[in-house]
Amino acid sequence: MKSDKFKETLLGPLNKNNPVVVQVLGICSALAVTVQLKPALVMGLSVTIIVALANVIISLLRNTIPNSVRIIVQLVVVAAVVTVVSEVLKAFAYDVSVQLSVYIGLIITNCILMGRLEAFAMSNKPLDSLLDGLGNGIGYAWILIVVAFFRELLGSGKLLGFQIIPESFYEAGYVDNGLMMMPSMALILVACIIWVHRYINKDLQEK
Amino acid sequence: MATKKYRCKVCGYIHEGDKAPEKCPVCQAPASEFELIDDNGKAITDKKGINKNSNAYILAYTTIIVVVVALLLSITSGALKARQNANVELDKKKQILSSLPAVVLEGADAAQIYAENIKHIYVLDQNGEIKKDLDPVGDFNYAAGENELLIYMAEINQETKWIIPMNGKGLWGAIWGYIALDDDRNTVNGVFFSHASETPGLGANITTTAFRSQFEGKHLMQNGSFASIAVMKAGQIAAGQDQVDALSGGTITSKGVETMLRTSIAPYEPFLKKVETIVNNNQTETAEETVAEEGGTTL
Repeated sequence: MKSDKFKETLLGPLNKNNPVVVQVLGICSALAVTVQLKPALVMGLSVTIIVALANVIISLLRNTIPNSVRIIVQLVVVAAVVTVVSEVLKAFAYDVSVQLSVYIGLIITNCILMGRLEAFAMSNKPLDSLLDGLGNGIGYAWILIVVAFFRELLGSGKLLGFQIIPESFYEAGYVDNGLMMMPSMALILVACIIWVHRYINKDLQEK
Repeated sequence: MATKKYRCKVCGYIHEGDKAPEKCPVCQAPASEFELIDDNGKAITDKKGINKNSNAYILAYTTIIVVVVALLLSITSGALKARQNANVELDKKKQILSSLPAVVLEGADAAQIYAENIKHIYVLDQNGEIKKDLDPVGDFNYAAGENELLIYMAEINQETKWIIPMNGKGLWGAIWGYIALDDDRNTVNGVFFSHASETPGLGANITTTAFRSQFEGKHLMQNGSFASIAVMKAGQIAAGQDQVDALSGGTITSKGVETMLRTSIAPYEPFLKKVETIVNNNQTETAEETVAEEGGTTL
């Protein structure tokens, strides 16, 4: 019984309760970091760690937080966690922090964080919150990775910086799709994922 | 009596049970919006007798949170400062060395390569005269004052290279780089570009070898005066200066690179014209010869 609930908390956000394609949160960063696969991977990983951490902290504090300032308290906790993570990266993994540059700061504004803190961590135990944070982080990451996969492959013919589309294709007249590089294409790809996802999960379809 | 009464503070719905419902069935407010009430409908404050919604509690709570977070952040920052500065310094050394195509940084100790190859940091005045000769390791973080220009002198395989730092702006934020010149102070040996937040896959491609290697062998000077290097769309021809191809889809970043080259190197023009200073006689001759030759070809 208990493990079923844990499983649902952890795995639900990967599919039926996905933060991006079902709750439609975090779309803004899905546009910004999905031109290439690598930043998408790192962003997904950072968001997962930070959501999980912030969820646990808020869950531990949940019974002491005054209702009228709870959003501000959540924001302060998120900002503190993000800043600490960014400082630690700068000290111990400088190359990664240079690559992430502005994205790490942007995590503070990621709606998934505030959404999970407010909807889940405020009313659940730390362990559940940890699983929920991990689940939502991974749910966000896989969408990002899928979008980035298609954008990098079709937009520049590469994956993780390695050339995938062979030179002979280009000689035969194949041209990279420049539109894939534009942020609007990320929205269209997310919409396509939602389409396929709703087609598979008929119960999610709105009447 | 086992059941307690909970009232939703938002809509007034009263729930009976052991604990507050997860969501108010009327207004969807979360469990935290419910308060315990007695049979007369009066709110019962929790066991500790603290009213979590009183102003005093809120003020005290926020103050404590802010102080704890501030303390945590300053401790983190203080504890990691030294490591971070060392990283920044090492990264800058790597960037300087990256402008030299002859240097292989892959898997090597950048600090050691830097110490071996960068011989001087000179401080120039506006007339291109050397004011100070700094120790490239000890004075690495020397901050140039007003009217002071820094130039790095490297010796790679017995050849002198001059490295000029550059700063500019791209589409979203800062771009910067280093340009290494041969001893004739004209031919580009190599360049390094980096950026804070250019678009990945488009403007951010200024850091790629494909873009950077175009600059190798180009000339900054035309007919003895500074002309810079143009960054042009394919097919366009820049009159009176050497040019490289711009990045497709990264027009503003490419233009930013062009502007950066022009504005950052221009103050060094008096120095670039003085080919005979510092270097010994033997090298001076060869340097002058190449300048003469190039002047001839461009004419």
